[in-house]
Amino acid sequence: MANFFLDNKDLQYHLNHPMMKRIIELKERNFADAATYDYAPHNTEDALDSYRRVLEIVGDVCGEVIAANAESVDHEGPRVVNDHVEYAAGTVRNIEALTEAGLSGMTLPRRFDGLNMPVTCFAMANEMVARADAGFENIWGLQDCAETINEFATEEIKAKFLPRVSAGETCAMDLTEPDAGSDLGAVMLKASWDETAGVWRLNGCKRFITNGDGDISLVLARTEEGTKDARGLSMLIYDKRDGGVKVRRIENKLGIKGSPTCELVFNNAPATLVGDRKMGLIKYVMSLMNAARLGIAAQSTGLCEAAYREALKYAGEREQFGKPIIHFAAVAEMLKNMEAKTLASRAMLYETARFVDIYKQLNHIANEERSLEPEERQEMKFYNRLADGFTPLAKMFSSEYANEVAYDSIQIHGGSGYMKDYACERLYRDARIMNIYEGTTQLQVVAAINHVTKGTYLEQIMRYEENERTEATKAMGEKLVELRKVYEQVVARVEALDKECAGYKDFHARRLVEIAGYIILSHIMLRQAGEMEAEYLNPTKIFVKYATKKITEAAAYINESETSDVELFKA
Amino acid sequence: MEKVTKIVVMAKQVPDTRNVGKDAMTPEGTVNRAALAAIFNPEDLNALEMALQMKDRIGNATVHILTMGPQRAADVIREAMFRGADGGYLLSGKEFAGSDTLATSYALSCALRKINPDIIVAGRQAIDGDTAQVGPQVAEKLGMPQVTYAEELVAIDDKEITIKRRLERGSEVVVSPLPAVITVNSSAKECRPRNAKRVMKFKYALATSELSTADSEKQSFIEARPYLHIVEFAAADVNPDYEQLGLSGSPTKVKKIENVVFQAKEAKSLTSEDKDIEELMKELIASHTLG
Repeated sequence: MANFFLDNKDLQYHLNHPMMKRIIELKERNFADAATYDYAPHNTEDALDSYRRVLEIVGDVCGEVIAANAESVDHEGPRVVNDHVEYAAGTVRNIEALTEAGLSGMTLPRRFDGLNMPVTCFAMANEMVARADAGFENIWGLQDCAETINEFATEEIKAKFLPRVSAGETCAMDLTEPDAGSDLGAVMLKASWDETAGVWRLNGCKRFITNGDGDISLVLARTEEGTKDARGLSMLIYDKRDGGVKVRRIENKLGIKGSPTCELVFNNAPATLVGDRKMGLIKYVMSLMNAARLGIAAQSTGLCEAAYREALKYAGEREQFGKPIIHFAAVAEMLKNMEAKTLASRAMLYETARFVDIYKQLNHIANEERSLEPEERQEMKFYNRLADGFTPLAKMFSSEYANEVAYDSIQIHGGSGYMKDYACERLYRDARIMNIYEGTTQLQVVAAINHVTKGTYLEQIMRYEENERTEATKAMGEKLVELRKVYEQVVARVEALDKECAGYKDFHARRLVEIAGYIILSHIMLRQAGEMEAEYLNPTKIFVKYATKKITEAAAYINESETSDVELFKA
Repeated sequence: MEKVTKIVVMAKQVPDTRNVGKDAMTPEGTVNRAALAAIFNPEDLNALEMALQMKDRIGNATVHILTMGPQRAADVIREAMFRGADGGYLLSGKEFAGSDTLATSYALSCALRKINPDIIVAGRQAIDGDTAQVGPQVAEKLGMPQVTYAEELVAIDDKEITIKRRLERGSEVVVSPLPAVITVNSSAKECRPRNAKRVMKFKYALATSELSTADSEKQSFIEARPYLHIVEFAAADVNPDYEQLGLSGSPTKVKKIENVVFQAKEAKSLTSEDKDIEELMKELIASHTLG
């Protein structure tokens, strides 16, 4: 009777975070829906109780159904039958169970049959699904395409598609092409206006499309003939019911084998424009990508949880030299670090999700209901900036941790972990894509470095420094102040030398972003340790030690590095 | 108006005897209910699923739970509502205490006469008593045909029901006129999960006695929403012959309960030769361990 929500106190802690009150306020807007919908909450407590109960259902389906199917799905995988995707049998059962449980359209408004839950709760659901089967999370998590539709499409388009998402139809975002991966501005899929039919027609090819045969697809296409860059791209919706897209092949991948990665051929496929022409990449894909990056952070955190638990279980059962191997210091230390990374990854994920929730909801209010009060506008700007700064950090840290924790999980299993007999080998394969897709770690650094230079991170670190400390967390708080000074020093050095030598900042960008990230993660952990000492104090101590080592290492590298290094490392 | 088919699922709240710890039994040899979680009897969940499938096929139907037990047994009804049931009836009162299967089926049949359902569904047996008697006894008392060991709903219309039954050495498909009592096997489809919207809608549902002790705010909240009110029957509500209820209606006397501990008595070595394996197969079939 596994329940991935009830067995995870850390998740429950984040659900009860004080900021949830404000999020509920913005999401429920005077609880007006209660008059129309019998499942809408009447007050804050009621809403939080509903969230908890819904997440408990997610935990049940994950623990009982999805986790049990994960191995067979990994073996069987999807296949192409008559130009369309046929999922593995376990995947079909997973979708059925989640649909029966009414867990689609989690964040959508009730008027589109959604559950109207915050992004934070959706991220929690994603995390649990990923813990059960990371590959399946890709299919299910793509329902956040609906969020983009909800944000930018006309009421007519929303009314047509969103209730279908709530009823369990799956989504896809068709962005990449053979020659347009990280560089999406190079997308060539052609969209031309069909005057007689009154629709856009799509022609061309897309590649590496997750769940490419989904029911509803958001397609990035070139609507402006003759253009070659991002400014000629628009976002369109393709409805599978209309036909016109064939799945040419499914990629044979290292991991997340249950998730069909498709090559698609568009042949006069009809499509509807979302939002304004030419804004496809510049505005809508950026929003879509931010949501998707948060999704990968959730997926990565779920994978950390799964890999850590597998290792913990094995280390407790496996005996060598007359005792369980967990009692050997080297193994115990690995496990403690894995736990600390998992908790830190989760702490960062939900801190970011809360920021996203607040600014997105204020934005919805401004778009749908009324103009915002000055202080609300300020609040929206404040959290928007934080969300933009934190999203690449969350994606980068959690996906790197997923790889590290999965690696260590196999290490703890020893030779057995290298065999196909234990789940850790699947987790290791599944983790490998997480720091690659939806923007590689290197591209997250490109997004994050601006917030190093513009001071987003430093300002937020200073705010965290204002948090009250307990007797037990005081010393660590002081340590983090010291580390912040190190951060300021290396940022100053890099900026100064960058003026002398173009490319110096780029060369150290990852190190700078990591230093900022380690301080931020430590602060969030420290705040938790101050609130719940019994649960968080020791993992926080362990994490801060780890962070200190990483920061010291990176800072030493920067301080030893001369401008000539830029030339030295050139290809 | 078209007729609404009334489906009633008999369900029981039971101690979870599947994962028993050391303190599962009292020193006197009875079940230590305090140490075991109270759960929805597993085969009753299979029964609920089949009832919901009946409703899915008929369309114009309702599914209600009938359970006999103390106030907290209303949990079983709420759980069923979260998974798709429309509501439920709690049969509760001290007159029912100490019922064996005969008294239980009598009490339930009294309630069912009052409810007047078209189809009655129940789990094959409960994991605390493992008797599999209550379903068939209810059918006898109501004079309805019974289909036991149901595994799959094949077809249903307003006059008859077609069921695939799980038998010891295979299965059979039977057709029964309605009304009928169907008892469902654990090999039938698992129950659907709780549904998010239903949980949010029905989470405040209360039975009459629970409602009477709730605060006034909650009372008026539920009064405004009749779907949150779980019907509760006391003994007097179902017009019983009181002699046939509870202890006085229960001829079963438990003489002695023993804790049986299995011990390996002898081991047997086999080679991987076909002859040895064939011998073992024959032996296992002869002792009815297999087949």
